[in-house]
Amino acid sequence: MRVLVVGYGMAGSRAVAELRARDTDVKVTALGAEPHRPYNRILLSSLLAGKVGEDDLAIAAAPAGADVRLGEPVVAVDPGRRIVRTTQEEHEYDALVLATGAVPVIPPLNGLDAANVHAFRTLDDCRRIAASARDAQRAVVLGGGLLGLEAARGLAGRGLAVDVVHLGAHLMERQLDGDGGRVLARTLAGLGIRAHLGAGAREWTGDALHLSDGNRIPADLLVLACGVRPDTRLAAAAGLAVGRGILVDDAMRTSDPHVYAIGDCAEHRGTVYGLVAPAWDHAATVADRITGGRAAYRGSRVLTRLKASGVDLAAMGSPEAGADAEVVSFADPARGTYARLVIHENRITGAVLLGDNPAVGTVVQLFDRDAEAPADRRSLLLGRSYGADPPAATDSPALMPDAAVVCRCNTVRKAAITAVWRAGGRTVADVVAATRATTGCGGCRDAVCGLVDWLSTVDPDTEVAA
Amino acid sequence: MSDTHCPYCALQCAMRLRASADGVVVEARDFPTNRGGLCQKGWTSADLLRHPDRLTTPLVRHGETLRSATWAEALDRVVNGIGAIQERHGRDAVAVFGGGGLTNEKAYALGRFARVALRTRTIDYNGRFCMSSAAAAGNRAFGLDRGLPFPVEDIAAADAVLLVGANPAETMPPFVRHLGGDGLIVVDPRRTATARLGALHLQPTPGTDLALANGLLHIAITEGHVDRGYVDARTNGFDEVRAAVAQWWPARVERLTGVPVADLYAAVERLAGARRAMVLTARGAEQHAKGTDTVTAFVNLALALGLPGRPGSGYGCLTGQGNGQGGREHGQKADQLPGYRRIDDPAARAHVAKVWGVAPEDIPGPGPSAYELLSSDAVRALLVFGSNPAISAPRAAGVRRWLGDLDLLVVADFVLSETAALADVVLPTAQWAEEDGTMTNLEGRVIRRRRLSEPPEGVRTDLAVLAELSGRLGAPTSDDPRRVFDELRRASAGGVADYAGITYERIDAEGGVFWPCPDESHPGTPRLFLDRFATPDGRARFVPVEHRPAAEEPDADFPLYLTTGRVLTQYQSGAQTRRITALPGDPYVELHPDLAARIGIDDGASVTVATRRGSTTAPARVSATIRADTVFMPFHYGGANLLTNPALDPISRMPEFKVCAAKVTPA
Repeated sequence: MRVLVVGYGMAGSRAVAELRARDTDVKVTALGAEPHRPYNRILLSSLLAGKVGEDDLAIAAAPAGADVRLGEPVVAVDPGRRIVRTTQEEHEYDALVLATGAVPVIPPLNGLDAANVHAFRTLDDCRRIAASARDAQRAVVLGGGLLGLEAARGLAGRGLAVDVVHLGAHLMERQLDGDGGRVLARTLAGLGIRAHLGAGAREWTGDALHLSDGNRIPADLLVLACGVRPDTRLAAAAGLAVGRGILVDDAMRTSDPHVYAIGDCAEHRGTVYGLVAPAWDHAATVADRITGGRAAYRGSRVLTRLKASGVDLAAMGSPEAGADAEVVSFADPARGTYARLVIHENRITGAVLLGDNPAVGTVVQLFDRDAEAPADRRSLLLGRSYGADPPAATDSPALMPDAAVVCRCNTVRKAAITAVWRAGGRTVADVVAATRATTGCGGCRDAVCGLVDWLSTVDPDTEVAA
Repeated sequence: MSDTHCPYCALQCAMRLRASADGVVVEARDFPTNRGGLCQKGWTSADLLRHPDRLTTPLVRHGETLRSATWAEALDRVVNGIGAIQERHGRDAVAVFGGGGLTNEKAYALGRFARVALRTRTIDYNGRFCMSSAAAAGNRAFGLDRGLPFPVEDIAAADAVLLVGANPAETMPPFVRHLGGDGLIVVDPRRTATARLGALHLQPTPGTDLALANGLLHIAITEGHVDRGYVDARTNGFDEVRAAVAQWWPARVERLTGVPVADLYAAVERLAGARRAMVLTARGAEQHAKGTDTVTAFVNLALALGLPGRPGSGYGCLTGQGNGQGGREHGQKADQLPGYRRIDDPAARAHVAKVWGVAPEDIPGPGPSAYELLSSDAVRALLVFGSNPAISAPRAAGVRRWLGDLDLLVVADFVLSETAALADVVLPTAQWAEEDGTMTNLEGRVIRRRRLSEPPEGVRTDLAVLAELSGRLGAPTSDDPRRVFDELRRASAGGVADYAGITYERIDAEGGVFWPCPDESHPGTPRLFLDRFATPDGRARFVPVEHRPAAEEPDADFPLYLTTGRVLTQYQSGAQTRRITALPGDPYVELHPDLAARIGIDDGASVTVATRRGSTTAPARVSATIRADTVFMPFHYGGANLLTNPALDPISRMPEFKVCAAKVTPA
């Protein structure tokens, strides 16, 4: 079995690893278009922010037995002959996996051929942006989606003033509702990022972005983050069925039974994901299928997390709430906290959590597992500590119930300490000798002292009599 | 009067015993580990000395019942049984099972007894269920495994401590005296008494600690906290680990573990920002089918931050059983010879053979690991010392059946444990206050156990039993602890755990001696790795490790995680502590109020927990301190381990006690 993987990014490299992990008899060849060693796209925004170096982007070496060829772009696919032609040679295959990814959308704008205009998609893009930013004071980012905001945060982290120009009525409208978008804009403003909403761009003049409404935003560089579209060029030229992406079934198979497509280039049941987690689900499915398994991919639950320091944003599912939906929300805009859960039939179908939301991990897992939400929804907004801790024994000696355990290590209750007093004990040492309280971890010493103090001021016998 | 240490956990709290008319009085002594503290297990430890359940005569099985017998009769039955079985089924058909509570002398004598008197390769011990994953990871990274490679006081002086899967507030309360609150980060799927002490509690999904550790290292790298100077000078393999953890970005870790991204960052900030920081693991991280790799992932984190081998910082494992440390060093482990030597190392075999006066080729090779031993068709006879596998082994119903089906089961114990109740011969043995010896505590400090009084009439020490059996099998040895220890010193000399320079006199004079201590003029080694690691090139090894699911993940039929653990008032299988009336405790099932509501039960209601291996019923303890997808059961009572999964770690052979798929229904 000869498997050819076209594309060695996050999806392609994962498919190679999955294939080798399942079946060492499979001969796997991967063809990467970019010449430099494969890198972890997830960390590009950290690289842009200057927090990591390029060495930190290295991904695990190809598994033993896999033939990975970098800098060998594919020119054509011939499904009839089961051959792939590259700039160097031809490769035969029994199964072909297309992992060609996506390409940035370049808006139809004048002036984009200037040297200080950059898309934000690849390592090379990142290097160019960083080089441009080195002597720059101001940057403008066109596009207020996930990628645009990560780029903006990275540039702001390098000390630049950043403007984000966004056509939509609020930021990240695919993931966020309007209120959430507004809180996010406020949070970003605090980090030196100004958002221009409902703003169309007209022209880049090399030192400023001119907007349709006549406004002019001066900047030393322009970053384009207007979205991506699946790279379907090879597939379309080969005659494979293509919609927005390369059309695949639940086996990740294209219209040709020997050709699969995964990751950002694939369209499954009308959805193009553009995220790493679904791409890895695709890779696992395709590896299983090619090695004789029956795995079926039925879609991924989409969870987005903005990677931008100082902004904690998780968005999942759809922000839309149908007529039968229950919406639970909490907002504290002054502190940058916002939470909105959409619940259908007791399950979370969408959520936006921005800022300090201690239950975010629980919400993420409930959504991911399609599990039943707790009856008391407040726990999802206010966090796991809600009602979780028993009251501390030191709180008030007078109000402490007799059965309260003062010393855990030796299971000494308040009643036992009161009993020592009644029997004539008057000091902490007397209590310790009689009960062994404080002799374990020692953490209850303050509580025991407090009880003895209280007993010395309030005669418990009188109190009981009263 | 005798100055000794507590019979229970690895903290080995110092105590003084006094004989009085009413029995034995326990007093706490000041010692670096317990700082004068004792928990209620320690305070009540003497209650078992004159307990009505105490065995004072051998028992021999006649059909369904065990009857009192003379020592001669009991030992005849043992020796004749061994002879017949070995003749018929071969030497390896007779197996030995030891324990991490045995003194160094007993652990050593047991290993020697198996290899020299029985000449069986089939020996292992309950430490396999306890420490083996951390041991394997420590050996892999540092070339040496000593639970804490520094004195316990160093923990108190640390500014940040990451405590993974440990609940010392229940398991070794006086240890908490060394834990400051501000810098304490606790990783546990339950908000335990220990987690409540910490400044930060990470509450991961059971079975995801490895992903959590990789995620923490990912953040340490992306936030620029890697100690490059240390990594370059003192370690190998960082680049491979960096590439592996690059795939564990925070959002992915959050999704898998349920730990919020912000908490992941906060944990790394605390650790990296501390002048002195510690990463400590315990059973929660280790008792998994990927326990070795999980510990390795935390070791990788510690190495990247430059902690191990730096004074006041480091990685350590909190040992559980009283002599969990020494018990794994001197030859009761399936793959080891005394001095923490490998049994498949020709030089080690030659050295030990000389001490034992046998030919190197007569020492058997490595045997099966604990659970494999306790489910092996090839084993026909078993001798058990210091353990109660009928309660403590995974999939315990199967193990109990296996024990019952043996041709010969011999159990040395001081009460009729659940395992002893299945035995053909029960040998009554001495308790801790009735014997001398040494223990090696969680710090690697060798300390003295000192006898207060003679054992009761009819009771013998384990060493005396082993010496008697060895003699009858043609391999005479001493039953005197000091002479056995001196032989252990010679056997360990030159090994990793070198005790050659440790004497009873030095321990008495110095308050304990840390191994390695190769000669009597050597001061011992409180802090390891300060100059070099115990690897051939002196560098610590980063090892890339990948997360994988638990051997059994929840599904539609068994939708919950079951995890098991310990409670304050009980110790291990409970054979001792369940008999002490001053120590309360009953089995229970801890579950979250949301889960309780879903299955329609209230606090205290009887619930049945079932897994693919069995089911058990106990009262529900409803608490918001546990994850809603997880139920917890203490394992001291016999019910919990009917449920646990015997899936084994491929390296340490540790069973997956800490996670399996379960369902809970009203009983």
